[in-house]
Amino acid sequence: MMARLQTTWRMPDLWRYTLRHFRVGIAFVILFVLLGITVSLNPRFFTPAVLTSTSNQSMTLVFAGMAQTTVVITGGIDLSVGPLISMSNSLASTLFSETGGAFNMIVVVVVVLVVASLAGLVNGLIVVYGRLQPIIVTLATASIYSGIALFLRPQPGGFVPDVYGDLLTRRVGQLLPEGLFGEQPAGIAAFFESLFNFIPASFILLIVVLLVVWIPFRRSQLGMWVYAVGSHAGAAYMSGVNVKLARISAYVLSGLFAGMGGLFLTAQTLSGDASNGEVFTLQSIAIVVLGGTSLFGGSGGVAGTIAGAFALRLIPTILFFARVNPLQQPLWEGAVILLAVAAGASRIFTVRRWLDMMR
Amino acid sequence: MLNHQSPALEARLVNKRFGNTFALNNATFVCQPGSIHALLGENGAGKSTLIKIIAGVVTPDSGTIQIDGKAAIIESPAQAAQLGILPVFQELSLLPDLTIAENIFISNPPKNRFGIINRKHLKQAAEALCAELGFEHLNPNALVSEIPLAQRQLVEIAKAFSHNPKLLILDEGTSALAVHDVKIVFEVIRRMRDQGRSVIFISHRMTEVEEIADTLTIFRDGEDVGSFPIGEVSHEEMVQLMIGRKLEQVFPPKPVPTQPRSPMLEVDHLSWEPTLHDINLSIGKGEIVGIGGLDGQGQAELLFALFGVLRGVQGRVRVDGRDVKITSPSAAISKNNRIALIPEDRKTQGLILPMSVADNAILPVIDRLLNQFGLVDNQKERSTVQQLIEQMQVKVGSPQLPVRSLSGGNQQKVVIGKWLLTEANIYLLHDPTRGIDVGTKQEIYQLIRKLADNGAGVLFFSTELSELVGLCDRVLVLYEGRIFRELTGVHIQEENIVAAALGLTSANHEPQEV
Amino acid sequence: MVNTTKPTLRNRFSNMDRENRSVVISFSMIILLIVFGTLFITPNFASPTFLTQQLRIASFLGIIAAGQMAVILTGNIDLSVPWTLNLSAVIATSVMAGQDDRLILGIASAVGVGVIVGLVNGIGVAYLRIPAMVLTLGVNAVLKGVTVVYTGSAPQFQQTPELLSKAATETLFGFLPIAVILWAMVSLFNYLILSRSSMGRKTYAVGNNEIASYLSGVKTSRVLIMVFILSAVLNALAGLLLAGNAGRSFNEMGDPYMLPAIAAVVVGGTSILGGSGKYMGTIAGVIIVRLLDGALNIVQVPAATKDITFGLVILLMLFLYGRAEKVRE
Repeated sequence: MMARLQTTWRMPDLWRYTLRHFRVGIAFVILFVLLGITVSLNPRFFTPAVLTSTSNQSMTLVFAGMAQTTVVITGGIDLSVGPLISMSNSLASTLFSETGGAFNMIVVVVVVLVVASLAGLVNGLIVVYGRLQPIIVTLATASIYSGIALFLRPQPGGFVPDVYGDLLTRRVGQLLPEGLFGEQPAGIAAFFESLFNFIPASFILLIVVLLVVWIPFRRSQLGMWVYAVGSHAGAAYMSGVNVKLARISAYVLSGLFAGMGGLFLTAQTLSGDASNGEVFTLQSIAIVVLGGTSLFGGSGGVAGTIAGAFALRLIPTILFFARVNPLQQPLWEGAVILLAVAAGASRIFTVRRWLDMMR
Repeated sequence: MLNHQSPALEARLVNKRFGNTFALNNATFVCQPGSIHALLGENGAGKSTLIKIIAGVVTPDSGTIQIDGKAAIIESPAQAAQLGILPVFQELSLLPDLTIAENIFISNPPKNRFGIINRKHLKQAAEALCAELGFEHLNPNALVSEIPLAQRQLVEIAKAFSHNPKLLILDEGTSALAVHDVKIVFEVIRRMRDQGRSVIFISHRMTEVEEIADTLTIFRDGEDVGSFPIGEVSHEEMVQLMIGRKLEQVFPPKPVPTQPRSPMLEVDHLSWEPTLHDINLSIGKGEIVGIGGLDGQGQAELLFALFGVLRGVQGRVRVDGRDVKITSPSAAISKNNRIALIPEDRKTQGLILPMSVADNAILPVIDRLLNQFGLVDNQKERSTVQQLIEQMQVKVGSPQLPVRSLSGGNQQKVVIGKWLLTEANIYLLHDPTRGIDVGTKQEIYQLIRKLADNGAGVLFFSTELSELVGLCDRVLVLYEGRIFRELTGVHIQEENIVAAALGLTSANHEPQEV
Repeated sequence: MVNTTKPTLRNRFSNMDRENRSVVISFSMIILLIVFGTLFITPNFASPTFLTQQLRIASFLGIIAAGQMAVILTGNIDLSVPWTLNLSAVIATSVMAGQDDRLILGIASAVGVGVIVGLVNGIGVAYLRIPAMVLTLGVNAVLKGVTVVYTGSAPQFQQTPELLSKAATETLFGFLPIAVILWAMVSLFNYLILSRSSMGRKTYAVGNNEIASYLSGVKTSRVLIMVFILSAVLNALAGLLLAGNAGRSFNEMGDPYMLPAIAAVVVGGTSILGGSGKYMGTIAGVIIVRLLDGALNIVQVPAATKDITFGLVILLMLFLYGRAEKVRE
């Protein structure tokens, strides 16, 4: 009796890993290339002031991207990310009080995050229990959240404490007490002092959020289930995955990230505006695709998205320093976005059977 | 051997209706502990529905289920799993983007009290389980999308075992496995039985059923029609019970050509890396050429290549003596080439289920039904559809009904009928009678022979040996992407086809160098 | 397998196409809105003047929604509406330079822009297999860039010709707005294509199951390219008309139309997944979206309430249309 040959060669795990994360790698390559170009055009890029400013300008988009990534992994899309940011921003600017001090700031942050998560929950509940398509549900809720933002803040304004803004937008070193490292720091103390002077607080915030929120989620059973649902919801159900819970939690998490985005935007603009979040919706979709996450769900992650957010932010900077005619800048931006998403999402070069491309 | 234990599973008077069809009609099924129980029956006989009910995927309209003598309510796969019932279905329930280890333990991975998964334990547990089952060649870190179908079936089985099943259900669980792997799985199943647990085994491969099962239950038309220990009932009796009447697999007679047949389709050195190598064949006018071989030897790809679906096909194809380059299905069906393909899966490839019978029927020829304004002529459309329904004898209330409301046999008739409307000369058929009741099968055989007699050339790939033997004028057996053997005349016999499919020459059972 | 059919009234009603059902529901909603408006907002709500005025304003959205529907029917989406509209308006108005006799030239240039954009979109989706959502998003960004360059590089003639403005704003016989007639013509064309032509049948087929359509000999790539061209050309023509309405072309004139167009298509009963939907439903959807806006404007409802109501109505209509099948069965 003939036995079928078995494949005895096992692809080395490292090799397998690299191939698998190819798309995410591309996002980082693009980021580094753009960074290189930026630095060559503006040698002063790696100074603390410029770095901080760049980080701050990107951070809201980073959070918007993380919100979008979470939903896209389940195979859905969230058109309400932008309005949620506006709503959080408007809510914060309304709740901050001039006399509340630190206690008030903490309360505001918590309330905004809770409200944003609840909004995400609403999205999730309608998608799951209403059994409606995410794109249309979030189109509708986007309108609703925009309306709520307008209700809270019919005119731009409101109050945001300077301290709050400083906390999130300065460099770490500027936030620490004077003389923490002694009058004339030397050796290790000097090293840390200059390091803290360099790192933007927003960057630390991002790291903290990743460590405390995203990574535990990603590594949890619920996180694995979210990927499972995006990969093949039917199979996930058959395998005992709580599909409803996984989907809903993805939307709640998305709301939470959008809330963080809104809170950061508040720190940046020191004001409330019901329409300043709109622009983030479509941009968040672009950076999710750029970052290598498949719109069909089941794969990808925030790493690529974050790289994509910074990369996107660098483009106007590069155009500015390359002294490109301001009139041409939107064209270049558009062209880069188009090329990037096309390359990120296209599968034509890897498929030989026409049928496979139709999914 | 007297057994005072209660049955592992007892399903009594189970009823289930889907819309207007009764999938199960007061069915009863009893499975003893420590047994391997085979379920046989044609497609639509109710076996799939029964096991879906047992596995909690579908809820019955009425009936009782008892597990180990106690009444049980199974309303979800999770509940079934808690009772120790684990199914392995034909449609795999694996997540392609997750690793093998993640898939195996998907419903309950090793985690700490915060819910964070311990990745090291996950990998180790997966490795341990696979080793215990004998599936050593599975790499727990590989993504399911990266491994071939045979390995995926093993992962499914491993996944079922991770729950320590008391009752394992294998629905065509070995269909994609190589002989070697089937043996390993059988070992696993036998160990289960020896431990007093039970296995329900559904398979269309009679040899496997007879090798592994102790008991056999036959289903027909939603009811159980007999249960026997294996060996007590002959093949003929089994088949009779399955189809309810004496089996006469009548194939239409094969004509003997008086003159050599003029070639309608000639293929020279066709290759498509890495699946097809140097295929040479020709189909004559009025000829039915069969394609045989084990699953996955390139048969599907060959048909797709001839129909223009694949990119990068090399070689030379001639239709009616003319060199042609067919780059898409629409080119294949054009008046120059007139090729038709009845694809493997009628539900996803052959038909558009939510659309009406009429819309499906005219889709390939819609451009031929236009009036002088360039719009679709309703009258022509109606008469064309009516013609199809009558010609194929499709049982349907109205052509406007969605085609998914038809039975499998009638659906396939619509598929074949719509291709007849294209007035094709060359028919490529991929397992056209799979999953169809015996009556309709006969109708289809007659139709295929009639097509050939009227001057068409037919390339007929079937997974049923009896069809290849009974219907085809010549049989080509594919093995690893090449035509390994051509059988004509008296050599067209089941043993020869099987031998060639395994890469053997028929005389001495030694592997052939390919 | 035993077959039984119980011919009850319930069975017969549910045999009615989902599509037909949603047309009935959406037109009922229109009647409901008119009644509601007349009773609670202003007695003028049902007056011919008010309604025809609303229809006129709805025409612009209607033309855009007609194209968007075709794209959505194939299971895709066109997010390049805003700047296709804007760019063609800008180019056409500068080509026409305010001259009535150059109107034809203006229309031709708008159509030209539409064809090029549609081709790019279609080829990207059909051949490069880039998901429509991201491709049209990127194309939109590029078109914005092109528009900025075009308008910034030299002084542009922005005034639209008299004839065009009249077409967009005035009425025939004193009560029938020309814009509505244009919308009706587009609708007739769209209806004939979608329901009566082979291209239309193929569109529905591709939206339902691209693989099976492909294997039935449908040139699916060509179908996709055609719908994107249709959408882009209609967007371009809508831009032209909008410019006439305002008397000039202006930046970001297209932004307010994209999401409402999608909403109108979906509210009209077309499935966002593609494959089902009747054009009559889209017409109804456009009217519903317009009436909501019009009604809320009269009551001088703050923008906040308008937005919230809009979102709630979309959700309501979706619930009425029935939902996706359960994962299980």
